[in-house]
Amino acid sequence: MAKIKYIEHNGKEHVIEVQNGLTVMEGAIQNDISGIDADCGGSMSCATCHVYVKEDWYNKLPKKEMGEDDMLDQAYEPNSNSRLSCQISVSDDLDGLIVHMPEKQV
Amino acid sequence: MIKTDVVIIGAGPTGLFCAHQLGIIGLKCEIVDNLDKIGGQCIELYPDKPIYDIPALPKCTGEELTNNLIEQIKPFNFNFHLNDRVQELKNEDENWIVKTTNGKEFHTPNVVIAGGVGSFEPRKFPTKSAEKFDGTSVLYSIKDKTIFKDKYVAIFGGGDSALDWAIELSNTSKVSLIHRRNEFRGAPASVQKIKELSEKNIINLFTKYSIKDVKGNGSLEEVEIKSEEGESKILKADYVLGFFGLIMQLGPIAEWGLNLDKKTIPVNTENFETNKKGIFAIGDICNYPGKLKLILSGFHEGALAARGCFKYARPNEKYRFEFTTASNTIKDRLGVK
Repeated sequence: MAKIKYIEHNGKEHVIEVQNGLTVMEGAIQNDISGIDADCGGSMSCATCHVYVKEDWYNKLPKKEMGEDDMLDQAYEPNSNSRLSCQISVSDDLDGLIVHMPEKQV
Repeated sequence: MIKTDVVIIGAGPTGLFCAHQLGIIGLKCEIVDNLDKIGGQCIELYPDKPIYDIPALPKCTGEELTNNLIEQIKPFNFNFHLNDRVQELKNEDENWIVKTTNGKEFHTPNVVIAGGVGSFEPRKFPTKSAEKFDGTSVLYSIKDKTIFKDKYVAIFGGGDSALDWAIELSNTSKVSLIHRRNEFRGAPASVQKIKELSEKNIINLFTKYSIKDVKGNGSLEEVEIKSEEGESKILKADYVLGFFGLIMQLGPIAEWGLNLDKKTIPVNTENFETNKKGIFAIGDICNYPGKLKLILSGFHEGALAARGCFKYARPNEKYRFEFTTASNTIKDRLGVK
């Protein structure tokens, strides 16, 4: 279980306890947090669960797998802090993780 | 004007199987899809990815599934209207008048929306100023490459479309290629070619840059690009091309007076009709308690929606359930003995 803080682009914060094994995307979708669309449902086939993760946490996350950066090329305003939240698997180690949502997903 | 029993919006697996079910029960349909090919997400997003949960098919790719579905509806000779999008739905005397972007018009008692998560459209530049030039000098696809001859062209993106066009246009135009990181996702041979052209100064390559602004009085004159560190550069540009892949947009569906829940359409589970009589929604786009976004659920929804369509297409006939194994009428429709 990890407490994850989702911050919408307008600054609105949601702190959610997400079960281990779920993804950061699923944590948002299951709790109706707006700002993450996840059109493809987590198959890394769209780029609508894009989040920004600040360096301190970015470097602690499991590294991106092949294909995630390719997909991020197609996200809205990606930068070097960008991740696809469907590719971040939740574990106890992520307790306290903060993700920022982009202005929009599409 | 085309009169038909059903218009299906979306040629993904769900729309295709619904067409099959319509054919089996003796109805005609026309299928419209915004993409230039049949298959929807299966073809556009994951043609090569294996799918493991299609009943009785232990493993098949999006492309194989699509090809099999096309094969399955072949006997019915339904028309596909690809590269076209349903723009408007209007109700008139128990019928729906369906108008498309390309100017086609259908009259039908039934519309089945099998639109997935919406239609695929190119992702556009986030910069507001680019909108002003959209379609004239800021482009997301190329119809006529001769317009770029001897012009300054700035191409954004890191996939095959961006690389292929950069290579192609560098023969006759002054090309800059801008990408947000050092790695490209295009074919290795194209990446190699781009590097060579860049070393020979035939292409100006800018990696770790993205668009900041486009400027020009009347016509486009320059594009400003920025690095993540905030450093910016100004490039001369007559045309700016963006190749960031496709995104899914609900598009005009949102304007048809249907109840919407986020990006989905609530339906009943008896025949998958929406709040509008004669408009059905099936597949990923529909929503009901317990909805699963599985292809197999889409098949089931399409089969029941087809029976729902029968009621309005043949108001004076009674629908009779028959098995394909036993019914001679169905075998006739399939052209088998």
